[in-house]
Amino acid sequence: MSAASRMRLRGLVRKEFCQILRDPSSIAIAFLLPVILLLIFGYGISLDTEHVPVAIVVDQPDGDTAGLTARFLGSSYFSPVFVRDIGQAEESLMGRRVNAIIHLQPDFSRRLQRPDGAPIQVIVNGTDANTARLVMGYVQGVWQNWLSRRAAESGGVLAAPLQLDQRVWFNSELRSRNFLVPGLIAIIMTLIGGLLTALVMAREWERGTMEALLVTPVTMGEVLVGKILPYFLLGLGGMALSVAMGLWLFGVPLLGSAWLLFAVSSLFLLAALGMGLLISIATKNQFVAGTVAIVTTFLPAFLLSGFIFDIGSMPVVVQAITRVLPARYFVAALQTIFLAGNVWSVVLPNAAALAAFAVIFLGASRQKLRKRLD
Amino acid sequence: MSPDPAAEVVLELRGVSKRFPSGPRVAEALRGVTLEVQRGRVTGLIGPDGAGKTTLMRLAVGLLAPDEGRVMVLGHDATRESQTVQSSVGYMPQRFGLYEDLTVQENLDLYSDLQGVPGADRKARYAELMRMTGLARFTARLAGRLSGGMKQKLGLACTLVRPPRLLLLDEPTVGVDPVSRRELWQIVYRLVREEKMTVLLSTAYLDEAERCDEIALLHGGEILGRGRPADFRDPLRGRSFAVSAPGVGKRALQKALSALPGVLDAVIQADSVRVVTREGAGPEGLAAGWPGAVIEPVPPRLEDAFVTLLSSRERHRAPARAQGQGSHPARGPARTGPVIEVRDVNRRFGDFYAVRHASFEVASGEVFGLLGPNGAGKSTTFRMLCGLLPASEGTLRVAGLDLRHAASAARARIGYMSQKFSLYGNLSVSDNLRFFSSAYDLAGARQRERIGWALEQFELSEFAEAAAHDLSLGHKQRLAMACSLMHEPEILFLDEPTSGVDPLARREFWSRINALAETGVTILVTTHFMEEAEYCDRLAIMADGEVLALGEPSDIKRAQGAPGHPAPTMEEAFISLIEGRAKGGQSS
Repeated sequence: MSAASRMRLRGLVRKEFCQILRDPSSIAIAFLLPVILLLIFGYGISLDTEHVPVAIVVDQPDGDTAGLTARFLGSSYFSPVFVRDIGQAEESLMGRRVNAIIHLQPDFSRRLQRPDGAPIQVIVNGTDANTARLVMGYVQGVWQNWLSRRAAESGGVLAAPLQLDQRVWFNSELRSRNFLVPGLIAIIMTLIGGLLTALVMAREWERGTMEALLVTPVTMGEVLVGKILPYFLLGLGGMALSVAMGLWLFGVPLLGSAWLLFAVSSLFLLAALGMGLLISIATKNQFVAGTVAIVTTFLPAFLLSGFIFDIGSMPVVVQAITRVLPARYFVAALQTIFLAGNVWSVVLPNAAALAAFAVIFLGASRQKLRKRLD
Repeated sequence: MSPDPAAEVVLELRGVSKRFPSGPRVAEALRGVTLEVQRGRVTGLIGPDGAGKTTLMRLAVGLLAPDEGRVMVLGHDATRESQTVQSSVGYMPQRFGLYEDLTVQENLDLYSDLQGVPGADRKARYAELMRMTGLARFTARLAGRLSGGMKQKLGLACTLVRPPRLLLLDEPTVGVDPVSRRELWQIVYRLVREEKMTVLLSTAYLDEAERCDEIALLHGGEILGRGRPADFRDPLRGRSFAVSAPGVGKRALQKALSALPGVLDAVIQADSVRVVTREGAGPEGLAAGWPGAVIEPVPPRLEDAFVTLLSSRERHRAPARAQGQGSHPARGPARTGPVIEVRDVNRRFGDFYAVRHASFEVASGEVFGLLGPNGAGKSTTFRMLCGLLPASEGTLRVAGLDLRHAASAARARIGYMSQKFSLYGNLSVSDNLRFFSSAYDLAGARQRERIGWALEQFELSEFAEAAAHDLSLGHKQRLAMACSLMHEPEILFLDEPTSGVDPLARREFWSRINALAETGVTILVTTHFMEEAEYCDRLAIMADGEVLALGEPSDIKRAQGAPGHPAPTMEEAFISLIEGRAKGGQSS
């Protein structure tokens, strides 16, 4: 690199930083948005079902029913309310004050003594099928638990043909936050790399500054590096902020190594920057560039990356589409690095895919960015 | 008109053509252009919008490649050796290429880095440039906060951080006040003199062309003529006259004169009518019919030459056509008293005064001009008069209605034509007319009648089904004016209606304005063409939100006359007014 080239690059990078620092929207996208998104997803939205309001109806209270309802009271999954009769419970369910009714009928204790056991009636609001299924599972769990505990206390063995002993790996607490936060990092970096870069480059075309740049001795490679370098650093800043918040505010574990996280993020950031640049070079207009960037980078990263919705359960066609999304590979690698550690068999293929995207998009940008206006 | 063969050619175009795809068709921006720019001269590239000026500039710096022909700059092919060419030319694009969120100093530093100016040389060069442009006090200011004239000078300074051998300036004076324009020209000539620079400058202003050493007239992608300004003017010697007739209205006189067979061009200039006669026709016929008419020979202007050249090419487009018979139905008895009344109006945006203590009145049937550079407050005044923006203080009355209480009633009686023409580009001409007439509550037979009137009067019938964006600029202007007249308004507001159109289209446009004024329509027009100010009955000169002068054009000019210079041009009067105000501001 010649001295003149270094001087030009220094000028471009310095200019870009001045612009970033003076433009509140860049700062907002890079630093404020990550904080807001993390707070929303970290505190507000949770895919776990906890403290489900349930109405418990006990028609004939005695020792057995008290033991069982105590289990519900003690579980963090439920926040039970006791109601007098089934009619009142149904009213609460209709009024959406509770999600389920647990009904212990008058002959509960008597039938419990019989070999075929006692039934409990569970009525669940099925509007939200996902929550309904979870609630049914939880009730089942509490019921089984109570039965076996009761059997052990009375010295007998529960007459069950098979005991299921579950163990969850990688996110042993099954906290959805733990896999949402790594996914969010991908979203935030997509915004900085794709959207912000597309906008600032299109702005140069729109305001006529690109025309003035093109007639200086600057090379197109320098123009590209001059854009990539500042936004790469900005993207890493946004990522560092998100990781710090994830680790220390939300207690997400980082089982893999920090340097691997940095390396994979860098690859993804390059791919996102390449996409952003390519969009702005093709559109040369902030409004179009912004719209295209949101539709082709941000929305797919949100919906199709596996960040929230499991790719495996998508229709085959949609699954095929996710294969051309860099975010998909990044989310997979991130979730592995955070929750499972440096699992090379997962990280390496994903990293290779990201590297390929980076080369393709940056190469195409370089190819399309000409020192010509026609 | 042939260039001096001994002079060294710095920029040479040989048979250059350039086409751009434009929808399904191809637009020919340049057609077989041949041009030489010689060392140490200021060459002006003169032409209206769409003539191909910017395309030519971009070809010269290698931003575009020609479809045919070749472009050589300092002995290098601008297309194949663009990097070499770009390292020895300076180019200021139309919007100056400044980063508005960087300070003056940061812009200079950036362009020094890009141009490879060694650190050791910078201090002296910056000092020189700041002295030249007068920006030294503003180095810490953001470029976006500079006035138009200061931006233009900063743009120029940025292209000069490394002294180029060839300097290309694309419409550097658009929207800039006359004082800044004059300063730019002083800088350009100093560069030529002291730094041996060669300059190619494009402009749509013909008065600026007079200041060039050489000019090339560009029209519709072709060079109409090349040479020194005098080469264009001299053949018209003895054919330019100022005609005045006591007791005859200047508009009536202009209309009658332009209908004479021996007259090629007739335009109003202050109190008289400026006439260019056809080749061979003398001044004898001009006085016919007006006893006591005074005919004085005047030195020809470049504009006369341009109009002559254009009308000989486009015989079907007769200049200054007489318009008006029934063009606008005669209205009732003229209103007595002022039609537009602006009294002590302020308009503030935060703590910034866009208009300050403005007061003027416009009488019925008057053509009233608002003259001033960008940012003078013309558009703000216009928006207030159209009831689109309330005044912060003061009284605004239009057609006898107070805009504070009856803005929408007033709006029904005014027509408005905006700078950008506000047409629906993908609708046809007749659809545009239909839409705008229905927006003013016209329907049924009345609407059909008005659309028919507009198509006929504005000679748009043959384009009735063409999409508006496919029209030429002059035709777009006609359509925009027709749209603003569909509801037969009493008052017509025209916001810079002629910027960028060629002199013939401008003349035609003004003949329509004059015809309307004769039917009693009151016309308020903004412009930054100094010669158009002369066409107005009265005008207000605005700068920085204040009305600096108000009156008839000849009175305004006379008031600014100096003992040694009793008859200044409108531009000189303008500059003297602005400078007088600056001095007054310092002393008070």
